[in-house]
Amino acid sequence: MTDLTALDQSPEAEFGDYVALLKPRVMSLVVFTALVGLLVAPVQVHPLVAFTSILFIALGGGASGALNMWYDADIDRIMKRTQGRPVPAGKIAAGDALGLGLALSGISVVMLGLAANWFAAGFLAFTIFFYAVVYTMWLKRSTPQNIVIGGAAGAFPPMIGWAVATGGISAESVLMFALIFMWTPPHFWALALFMKEDYSNAGVPMLTVTHGRKVTREHIFGYTLALAPLAMGLGLTSIGGPIYMAAAAVLNVGFIRGAWRIRARSEEAAVADGYAAEKAFFRYSLAYLFLHFGALLAEAALRPYGLGGW
Amino acid sequence: MAFGRDHELHTRRFGRNLGLGLVLAAFVALVFGLTIVKVSQGNPMQAYDHAPRPELVPAPEVSQ
Repeated sequence: MTDLTALDQSPEAEFGDYVALLKPRVMSLVVFTALVGLLVAPVQVHPLVAFTSILFIALGGGASGALNMWYDADIDRIMKRTQGRPVPAGKIAAGDALGLGLALSGISVVMLGLAANWFAAGFLAFTIFFYAVVYTMWLKRSTPQNIVIGGAAGAFPPMIGWAVATGGISAESVLMFALIFMWTPPHFWALALFMKEDYSNAGVPMLTVTHGRKVTREHIFGYTLALAPLAMGLGLTSIGGPIYMAAAAVLNVGFIRGAWRIRARSEEAAVADGYAAEKAFFRYSLAYLFLHFGALLAEAALRPYGLGGW
Repeated sequence: MAFGRDHELHTRRFGRNLGLGLVLAAFVALVFGLTIVKVSQGNPMQAYDHAPRPELVPAPEVSQ
């Protein structure tokens, strides 16, 4: 056997595999919410500084994704949804994912500090730590509250974007955080309802596995109810306005209705129609978040023309 | 076999190397651009470098 035939037998990672390690789909949510947080802030930021900041916030998010894939390789191998990821697929060694995750974490934090300010950089470092250590290593495998508390990691980006512009925290940025924080559990529990085999096979204590599906349905409804006043409250701050309030009112009524449908359904009814209501709620939840932040952006964009804001 | 024909492995590696090269070039361009922005915005570009620098000491407040 020549050296080349030996190399043929071990798949060598391509550039795209390293990109996949950074969870580009999650990154898109990070980029969008961080960008909105930055643009709606009352302080103007130079476009290149804003671009660089968002880029390195995204890279920090990607780094935590790589660390997550390094640590979770064993359960990713079991779950259908995650079997194709570069580490379980054997394209990238787990150790390489760890190295890349650590290196990109350092680069992203330092570059954000140099481009924007060290408060935002510290916030990014905390977010990476929270996702990689608190969520991935600690909560995910130990408590059904994993995504409730771990969801905070995904909710920090608009606060970091706000911190890039203002250098601090305010009621507006905390409410943007609260919106994503409370949105995450119903979003992921709806997913867990129709991806039911995956989490139980991997032994991840999702609420559906530990407390049953009926309790999960009730929790989805409860969180959706609690989410509505936070979403509306954000509209009353300096970054809200009539466009946001109208959008939030419509979106929250729809979200609560969807959650009520899920709560009212029995498992038999859900199986009968292939989890149609749960899948529809999951898709709606994506639009829900996108449109809330889109409405905030619209308010900020129209403000110079005297149309946006209160 | 033609002399110098690339093995499929090298083609794949070339893609990876090209990607990394482009990322590094973009990084250099970004740092350069950022430097231009910071300098033109008048951000403080100097600090103490082992020895105290009198011009960096804030002016004392004048008592009334």
